Amino acid sequence: MPHPPLHLAVALDGAGWHPAAWRVAAVEPGTLFSAGYWAGLVAEAERGLLDFVTIEDSLDLQSTRPDGPDGRTDQVRGRLDAVLLAARIAPLTSHIGLIPTTSTTHTEPFHVSTGIATLDHVSSGRAGWRPRVSARRSEAAHFGRRELPELRPDRLDEPGYVQLVGDLFAEAADAVEVVRRLWDSWQDDAVIRDVSTGRFVDRDRLHYADFRGRWFSVKGPSIVPRPPQGQPVVAALAHSSVPYAFAAGSADVVFVTPSDAAQAEAIVTEVRAAEETVGRTGAPLRILADLTVLLDEDDSTARRLRDRLTGLHGGEFDSDAASFTGTPGRLAEQLGQWRRVGLDGFRLRPAVLPHDLTAITRQLVPALRDRGLFRDAYPGGTLRDLLGLPRPANRYAAVASA
Amino acid sequence: MPKQIILAAHFPGVNNQTVWSDPESGSQIDFASFVHLARTAERGKFDFFFLAEGLRLREQHGQIYDLDVVGRPDSLTVLAALAAVTSRLGLAGTMNATFREPYELARQLATLDHLSAGRAGWNVVTSSDAFTGENFRRGGFLDHGLRYERAAEFVRVARRLWDSWPAGAVLGDQLTGRFVREPDPGAFAHHGEQFDIAGHFTVPRSPQGHPVVIQAGDSPQGREFAAAEADAIFSRHGTLEAGQAFYADVKSRLVRYGRSPDDLKIIPGVTFVLGDTDAEAQERARHIRRQQVSPQTAIRLLEQVWNRDLSGYDPDGPLPAEDPDVSDRSVIAGRTRMHADPVDTARKWRELAEAKGLGIRELVIEVTGRQSFIGSPERVAGELDHFVQSDAADGFILVPHLTPGGLDEFVDRVVPLLQERGVFRTEYTTTTLRGHLGLGPPRAGRVTPGHVDAAGAAAGAGRPAVPA
Ligand SMILES: Cc1cc2nc3c(=O)[nH]c(=O)nc-3n(C[C@H](O)[C@H](O)[C@H](O)COP(=O)(O)O)c2cc1C
Repeated sequence: MPHPPLHLAVALDGAGWHPAAWRVAAVEPGTLFSAGYWAGLVAEAERGLLDFVTIEDSLDLQSTRPDGPDGRTDQVRGRLDAVLLAARIAPLTSHIGLIPTTSTTHTEPFHVSTGIATLDHVSSGRAGWRPRVSARRSEAAHFGRRELPELRPDRLDEPGYVQLVGDLFAEAADAVEVVRRLWDSWQDDAVIRDVSTGRFVDRDRLHYADFRGRWFSVKGPSIVPRPPQGQPVVAALAHSSVPYAFAAGSADVVFVTPSDAAQAEAIVTEVRAAEETVGRTGAPLRILADLTVLLDEDDSTARRLRDRLTGLHGGEFDSDAASFTGTPGRLAEQLGQWRRVGLDGFRLRPAVLPHDLTAITRQLVPALRDRGLFRDAYPGGTLRDLLGLPRPANRYAAVASA
Repeated sequence: MPKQIILAAHFPGVNNQTVWSDPESGSQIDFASFVHLARTAERGKFDFFFLAEGLRLREQHGQIYDLDVVGRPDSLTVLAALAAVTSRLGLAGTMNATFREPYELARQLATLDHLSAGRAGWNVVTSSDAFTGENFRRGGFLDHGLRYERAAEFVRVARRLWDSWPAGAVLGDQLTGRFVREPDPGAFAHHGEQFDIAGHFTVPRSPQGHPVVIQAGDSPQGREFAAAEADAIFSRHGTLEAGQAFYADVKSRLVRYGRSPDDLKIIPGVTFVLGDTDAEAQERARHIRRQQVSPQTAIRLLEQVWNRDLSGYDPDGPLPAEDPDVSDRSVIAGRTRMHADPVDTARKWRELAEAKGLGIRELVIEVTGRQSFIGSPERVAGELDHFVQSDAADGFILVPHLTPGGLDEFVDRVVPLLQERGVFRTEYTTTTLRGHLGLGPPRAGRVTPGHVDAAGAAAGAGRPAVPA
């Protein structure tokens, strides 16, 4: 095998990533809010030996408008909390990683840290976390604690907005720092159960996070013992230089959105440069390219489905990630080509669930395997193990023993 | 038909009631421990599983308290995971309203209700505790009265959010292409003293409509809040008389809110020790008390009354002759001070120790944390039943002293006796927690007539001592 096997994940959201997916999906749309629906999807992903699933989330209603609701009744609206969804699925699976999304703008870092740590405990080391910033005014209004300007695509280059985005990502970096400190705030061997001295824990192995920043301060230690992975996997979606720097400084995995192989190469170069700039130490970022996929037996059937979706949607579906329409075999070929520019793998966004997920697990995965690009069994272990990330030493243990 | 008993299983807490030194004591954090207790409770046809919460590790003398079990999972996350391994058991957890925002918590609870098909419950607690606040953006603020104002408004907002998607809002009609019946479902606006928020809730109406709301707090304000807003109250009144007085007081407050006595269940937290005979149970109870109060723990518990450093004292020696420090400075942080009049408590304890010739540890064993129900299964079943039939409670939140097996014996030996008496279900007859508890459909988020804050203030500001 010329390269290590590629990393393959799927991004789960609603009825799939195409806005008209629910119209053609072979599932009762009402079940989108049931545990069974999600458990079925993740079980299928695990059957395909995928590295992990991500679960989208946002603290407001889906909308086609950049900020605020759009009044449409013809698309999926409504969503469950992603961390709880991941926790609900954890006991029903045993190998696949679970990466829910939370907001760094509104959610308390302490709650995120304990929630993801708990997800790691209940999944025996398969938890990840995708921090995302909330730039929408409509989301902020649900909390009533800060005013944000309306998010308008035509104003993104204005200095005030550039400043705001910079601040949101700086705050996100602080949130990740706090969350990570709290994960380390218990050394692995903090619980001693020493009957002779009556002590349950050795408090010298518990540490204050003592974080003070521009947006918040957090004392610590966590209320949750260190998660099995030490540090659950942090994954960020990034489209431009500010989030690349955020990912380089804060994340373990980055999802990028190239439109073709040449752009993928340019992005990989930019991300690696960002790692240099921020002085990243430890394992390099795992770079996964996002791709929306619509798969079928042959190209023309796939195209027909796409045309049908376009008709139902009333237009081409517009997305931050590139779309692939065709056969799993051709997709395998394309992934093989793209990964040569230095990508570590892919996060596929199924256009229609479970249609395209099943095509991934039952056809794409075997096709990749035939090309020597994918494993034929789970190696066992944690999500970090699966991604080839070492279990990090505890930052405080190092200090304590120094 | 006799009153039916409500039973809940409390995961052992982070205090000295939980015995970690016993060879049978398991992990406080491994998911397997939670699965064991939840499945045991479900096997016993319990109404619900219950988790406490503390958002900062406790300290004494400015140091992390190391003698008790420390560390627990995030309540919501572990409850969501437990929904996967149980099918009927209610899943209730404590979530502090002071350090959360209504939009987010209402969303998480509605999610839990969906993911458990209608089994979610929320124990609303509040805190005025700046110590815990240091872990949060919001910080700690709120004085005692104000935190119930926040809690009451919080619950009202949560109910409004839970009502924001009408039943049947999700059509999902693939043919006509209508996913939701109306545009922009979940619209809400709330402009209050504590919260000023507006927008759209993202979670369709959950199976219970509103998750079960539980209240734990004993002050007049706490009782009034429960009467106005809660479906159940988690109390701490261990004796029959105290229980009856509390029961009568709280139930009498309901009428002011247009509610009937059945609308609010009173469920004290209790402990138990079983044995083949009453004598054997008493012997086990003594053994457990010694495990709960190690020599080191005895000194620390005494310090919580004396509010002084007593580390120089011999656990087997006499009680301190000096009086407690009654200044505002407290040696403990992260837990409630339990003694209203420490000087008086100290005097009584000294007298008792002298009269019975007890050293510090023996005295502490004598005066703190005696188990609520001790005896043969027959005796315990009889006493529990008597408590409920004589209106000292509607049921119990059982707090085992061992993780995770502390409820096994109760389920194997006491539950069948309660079933024989016809006071406890033999099979689940409903699927939701509201159903198990015999609660009607949730009341819409309404504005309460007698305002909690005003009524609470009228009822007096003095705090009763919580029986230790
Ligand atoms: C039985 C019982 C259980 C409680 N459990 C918790 C808990 O798990 N977490 C918490 O932060 N507070 C808990 N509390 C504390 C209450 O929320 C409240 O802060 C405290 O009782 C003081 O309020 P009060 O003056 O109204 O009694 C509990 C109180 C009682 C009576």
